[in-house]
Amino acid sequence: MNAILEIIDISKMYRIRHESEPYQTFRESIINLLKFKRTISTEEFWALKNISFSVEAGESIGIIGKNGAGKSTLLKILSKITPPTDGKIIGRGRVASLLEVGTGFHPELSGRENIFLNGSILGMRRKEIQNKFDAIVDFSGVEKFLDTPLKHYSSGMQLRLAFSVAAFLDPEILIIDEVLAVGDAEFQKKCIGQMESVTKSGRTILFVSHQMGLVNQLCNRAILLEKGKMIMNDSTELVTAKYLSLRENEADNRFVADPVKSSLKDFFISEALTVDEANKPAEVFGFHQPIGIRIQVQANKILQDEILSVALLDKFGNRVVTIHKSIKELNINDNLYSGTMRIPGQLIAPNFYSFHFAVVKSDGTIFDIHEGQCRMQVADTGTPFSQYEGKNYGSIIINCDWQTD
Amino acid sequence: MEYEIKPTKRTRIDLPELWTFRELFYFFTWRDVKIKYKQTVLGALWAILQPFLLMVVFTLFFSKALKIEHGVLPYPVFVYSGLMLWTIFSTGVSNAGNSMVSNANIIKKVYFPRLIIPISSIISTLVDFAMTFILFIGLLIYYRSPVSFGQLCIALPLSVLITLMATIGLGSFLAALNVRYRDFRYVIPFMIQVLLFLTPVIYPVTFIPPGILQDLLQLNPLSGVIEAFRAALTGSPFNWILIGKSIGVSLLLFFIGLAYFKKTEYNFADLA
Repeated sequence: MNAILEIIDISKMYRIRHESEPYQTFRESIINLLKFKRTISTEEFWALKNISFSVEAGESIGIIGKNGAGKSTLLKILSKITPPTDGKIIGRGRVASLLEVGTGFHPELSGRENIFLNGSILGMRRKEIQNKFDAIVDFSGVEKFLDTPLKHYSSGMQLRLAFSVAAFLDPEILIIDEVLAVGDAEFQKKCIGQMESVTKSGRTILFVSHQMGLVNQLCNRAILLEKGKMIMNDSTELVTAKYLSLRENEADNRFVADPVKSSLKDFFISEALTVDEANKPAEVFGFHQPIGIRIQVQANKILQDEILSVALLDKFGNRVVTIHKSIKELNINDNLYSGTMRIPGQLIAPNFYSFHFAVVKSDGTIFDIHEGQCRMQVADTGTPFSQYEGKNYGSIIINCDWQTD
Repeated sequence: MEYEIKPTKRTRIDLPELWTFRELFYFFTWRDVKIKYKQTVLGALWAILQPFLLMVVFTLFFSKALKIEHGVLPYPVFVYSGLMLWTIFSTGVSNAGNSMVSNANIIKKVYFPRLIIPISSIISTLVDFAMTFILFIGLLIYYRSPVSFGQLCIALPLSVLITLMATIGLGSFLAALNVRYRDFRYVIPFMIQVLLFLTPVIYPVTFIPPGILQDLLQLNPLSGVIEAFRAALTGSPFNWILIGKSIGVSLLLFFIGLAYFKKTEYNFADLA
């Protein structure tokens, strides 16, 4: 049997415009204008390059990659919104794409009217919408406000309505961009449930997401894009693991002291870096991985009871935990003291974090202090909270004992 | 159902595809009509009020001051008959011209034949036309103006159809241009203002002395249409040469407009 979707050597090129000269005098621009000379030159940018893969009916495929890897461009081509520059796609089924929920919603129209408008924009027939209307309204839970203009809805209600229409799309191939990242947790769960039932009903799904937990939950195969190229096409676990191990620039997770400012200090932190279990620099950690931070302190004076203080900060800069270590207990090499601290795996909730570190004395003297350094991410590689990704459920996940007698 | 997505620049209009999306014509038109007069006190009355007030102004100032020779028709009936068709054209062109830009958020997220957007924004002006036509009948009764019904049965559908062709042609042309060059947002209202005076709405075609200027005026697709409509009111024979010119020019506009639209359609989502 033929694949339901064949993507054959797809490339997409954009022309980026930019000024040809770094700067230009006003007189020159006037002259150029009079001569009808173009002052803008264009540069070719390949958002996608030679992407080929095929999708069998009933598969659900995750498309992952960093920002700018070409995921959204690929979805736009698959949805016929923009044509490829090269290559072709053969599809064998009715496609619906959900690059956004509530496309075409109009604030002046009522909820009822918007269901019809949005449904038909997404490719539903009027009959089909009429048949599913009650189910859609039921799913959204906004039946009381059906005849109220959408502009009087809260944004949460608008979203629920939008999702409900989308949840009842009935195509053979469903293309979904990161749309589940929004909405309240309870409703999100409902949508994921609905999506899982869609997956199980044998529908083909292409799903773009940054939420590895969700991709793992919903997809059996994944495709990893980087800089417009497909670098992996394999089972979801393997691909998500590879994605997490891809390191962007290491500048972010590394702190290096300013030599001029630091030379005056008695004690200062000269370098810090987040590392994985193999002591390799890392800025994305799986939830199960321990988070290592290697810190080096330079002492220009004889040590007494100076302490290295390390704190983990959440993305808002709030302190999650503080750890103290006597500098004397670190490895010594000349006047450099160094050591690697490890925060155990399966503890820090998936999110973005940074570190705060300082050299202090027990009497409160501060020798050196740095805030918000070594930014890193804990990625969701399957926590009980994966469906709430992006929500604030705290910074720590603990498996507690319940006494239920 | 098998389909292909290729880098081809589709220039042919895919009629079967438009047919499968026919419901979307209805929904976009329905949306435009619904939204137009939401939160207005007078609502759909505005559709009548605008040409009516223009008629009053033109009657008070132009007919007297310029001594326009408008034949046997009372001047209000004369100018209103022109205004009705002109309004389809002017609001149609201006709505369609801005339609792609104002629907950019939809274009970037969902695929459907793009032509549906400008065309349905023009179809929605027909609803206004139906309203203005009711007032027109009122005017005819008020002025006891005789009507040649047989001729009107030909003139009405013919003139609306030709006007629609010209409107769709120019409208979709401007819609496509507006996506690439936002200058057209400012060009369109200005153009329409100028065109009103280059169209025989407030004066008959014969108001311009025969010569190169009148020849040019006759190339305005609305000239033949409006004159034909008025002929039905006075019972004078149709000027088929003039009507033929209107049909020719509006067909030309129609095909050029659609061809340009189709030619540029493929990268709307990247430009919008």
